[in-house]
Amino acid sequence: MMQVRDAADVEQAVRDALAARQSLEIVGHGTKRQVGHAMATNAVLDLSQLNAIVSYEPGELILTAQAGAPLCDVLSLIDSKNQSFAFEPMDTSALLGTPAGQGTIAGMIAAGFAGPRRIKAGAARDHLLGAVAVSGFGDLFKTGGKVVKNVTGYDLCKLLAGSWGTLAVMTEVTLKVLPKPEDEITLALGGLDSEVAGHAMTAALGSPYDVSAAAHVPKSALTGALAEIGHGDSVTLVRLEGIAQSVAHRAGTLETLLAPFGRATRLAADASAAAWVLVRDVIPFAADGPRGDWPVWRIVCPPASGGKLGAALARESGAEVIYDWGGGLIWAALPPALDAAAALRLRAIVSAADGHATLIRGSDALRSAVDVFHPQPEGVAALSRRVKNSFDPQHILNRGRMAREALP
Amino acid sequence: MSIKMPIPDQAILNRRDEIIAALQKIVPGEGVISSEKEMKPYESDGLNAYRQPPMVVVLPETTEQVSQVLRYCHANGIKVVPRGSGTSLSGGALPLADAVLLGLGKFKRIREIDFENRVVVTEPGVTNLAITQAVEHAGFYYAPDPSSQIACSIGGNIAENSGGVHCLKYGMTTNNVLGCEIVLITGEILRIGGKAPEHSGYDLMGIITGSEGLLGVVTEVTVRILQKPETARAVMVGFNDVEAAGECVARIIGAGIIPGGMEMMDKPAIHAAEAFVHAGYPLDVEALLIVELDGPKVEVDELILRVEAIARTCGQATCQISNSEEERLLFWAGRKAAFPAVGRISPDYICMDGTIPRGKLPQALLRIRELSEKYGLGVANVFHAGDGNLHPLILFDANKPGEMERAEAFGADILRTCVELGGVLTGEHGVGVEKRDLMPEMFTDIDLAQQQRLKCAFDTDGLLNPGKVFPTLHRCAELGRVHVHRGQLAFPDIPRF
Repeated sequence: MMQVRDAADVEQAVRDALAARQSLEIVGHGTKRQVGHAMATNAVLDLSQLNAIVSYEPGELILTAQAGAPLCDVLSLIDSKNQSFAFEPMDTSALLGTPAGQGTIAGMIAAGFAGPRRIKAGAARDHLLGAVAVSGFGDLFKTGGKVVKNVTGYDLCKLLAGSWGTLAVMTEVTLKVLPKPEDEITLALGGLDSEVAGHAMTAALGSPYDVSAAAHVPKSALTGALAEIGHGDSVTLVRLEGIAQSVAHRAGTLETLLAPFGRATRLAADASAAAWVLVRDVIPFAADGPRGDWPVWRIVCPPASGGKLGAALARESGAEVIYDWGGGLIWAALPPALDAAAALRLRAIVSAADGHATLIRGSDALRSAVDVFHPQPEGVAALSRRVKNSFDPQHILNRGRMAREALP
Repeated sequence: MSIKMPIPDQAILNRRDEIIAALQKIVPGEGVISSEKEMKPYESDGLNAYRQPPMVVVLPETTEQVSQVLRYCHANGIKVVPRGSGTSLSGGALPLADAVLLGLGKFKRIREIDFENRVVVTEPGVTNLAITQAVEHAGFYYAPDPSSQIACSIGGNIAENSGGVHCLKYGMTTNNVLGCEIVLITGEILRIGGKAPEHSGYDLMGIITGSEGLLGVVTEVTVRILQKPETARAVMVGFNDVEAAGECVARIIGAGIIPGGMEMMDKPAIHAAEAFVHAGYPLDVEALLIVELDGPKVEVDELILRVEAIARTCGQATCQISNSEEERLLFWAGRKAAFPAVGRISPDYICMDGTIPRGKLPQALLRIRELSEKYGLGVANVFHAGDGNLHPLILFDANKPGEMERAEAFGADILRTCVELGGVLTGEHGVGVEKRDLMPEMFTDIDLAQQQRLKCAFDTDGLLNPGKVFPTLHRCAELGRVHVHRGQLAFPDIPRF
């Protein structure tokens, strides 16, 4: 375990690892260590002491922090100025069963899990403006900038976001922040089956009412507050955000548009916000809940076919599913008794629907038996390997996490 | 031409006839252009101070033809410069004497409109505006709106990661593209992403977008479309000093308002625009701010009141609110015509494109004024104020000896100023050849080496669009093993352009 205090320490640690042919596991608070394949590493580079918030300029809509800055500190700081990360980063602690309130800013970017507002505001990759990082060559490099609009050079930030620490060790990141919406209302429809709910969400998202989130939770996956909203039946949620006058106006017109799907109930700001946290953090499949030992897959697909795909998964494999992003994101929990062959069947169904599936929670045995990340067509996979090698030719960083590899 | 490009390979030039014949075999009929006269329109792009006839122009019509052309060029070590509509303002499509110019102008078909998934699948030669026109009957539009949108192609938008007036609220190209079909220099055809909101593995679409034609040739694009806002209104506020205008922008953002567009013009730009389109701009103010709010009517009406109230606290000199669509368009007419308007008051101009932190605007404008005096050349400033993207227009006369060189030096100093103030060299026009040699102002050799290693993952031999973006060419084998220490490359003697 190596603790680093500045970027020069990180650079030295990677150079030493290169010299010793020693691969490194890159860790912040370690909240997502169980995601990915077991790593072919036996040394840990701990970034949690590289934790300063370097600068925050609300007027410039910009925040710069060191990689290990606690996400909860960053969120409460920007919240104090009525700002937020528009992509609603997911808190994985309930799903993965790690302590609440943990997680670093670079960990959030490396995973790249956006919340419900992704359909409107994009993901971490859309809000990462600049980064300083150490490559697998042991070089400290910078990419992007500290302004919101920039096309100078290749946009390496896009690659760093969602790369699970396999390309470079981020030491400092600059993110765009945006004003928080003043108000929100969620319309809730009860009792729709998944395919009909898919049509309702597609109608809402195709409307001019600027829907900022659309989700569906089938009856069998309901828990806690979500069950109360649906009075025990499935719930379909559509969120509107903005200034109060606008939200109220759009809620009225959207209710009319959605009338063929049933009568919507309105959740006012607090209830709405609480409901979306349950969706964002996949609370129906929480580690301490009734499906805590079920493997959980994160499936991304063309949104309009989400309802049909989810229904097929439930039918074929007994999966419990919940839908976000208007159907474009499906969280699927599979009964734990099923083996790796069931995982492969799930993946085949997802592939046929032009989607991709990542195993987010699973036993060590399952993670060693299947590809955690969706296999790519050979040409794209080969290009991805060349991209990896262009940052980290010796595979020093998080070796084997995304694509399985043996120890050297 | 005052910019150095890679030295043409005489061995390739000697084989010109053979190369033309081979290309004609791949793209029969009128798809290969080789006469001096017919190649004339391809000599430059939107940065027309630089001109260079290509070795030959090829205009394929199918992905398979693109693949075969690239495979042939790769096998024969021939450089390739891709081109869309040729509207780049940074020389991204500037030909090379010994390169094939690969035009995508025949890829003009929209392949699929999918309203349910809110995407359009299109060929790269389709113009930006044509995508909106194809979906507006259903209330949709494609959000990024570079001012050349009537002519620029969506493939070119991908290459440059184009922005536009509305990108503060709706994002740049990269935030609105989901997938593509791309042909690598080897001729290999790959599909990246698609209709799903994100694709698996590394974000290759994100790196292809804005790569200025150096990584591959895009032959199909999948873009997001959005529902058009119900209404839009604009507020036009005049200020007696630039600081007050800058403060007003900061207070609008500080109040939690992200306008659809927020544009600023300085006095010379206001005068030029008013003389050209008679938009009713106040002529005695130092800065004019146009703030557009879009959304449902109730929202826009409320935000207009808020912006007006904020403007009052910032010492506005004049304030007008659009009360009709005609009036809103009139407010914009001057701003949108600012470039041709400046073209009327000066024989030539170059348009710069740097980004600064918004709060540094007064400092930047002061510095630009000092540089204007130093170089003895006029300047008019238009500014995407919301996102800090500055477009100084430097006025000169190319027929007067030395003026063009002075204008270029002035422009380079402006961009250096942007970097000094914490900003960047280009906000939306790209690096191309124009800002290539300024890249070391912003990036160290190590930073650039990492970018070039990525280039090697796509194009090992450096055949795609060489001489653009990077001030130094490196062989991939060197980059792959270079040990860089204390900011210095192990090969300091490698030639720079």
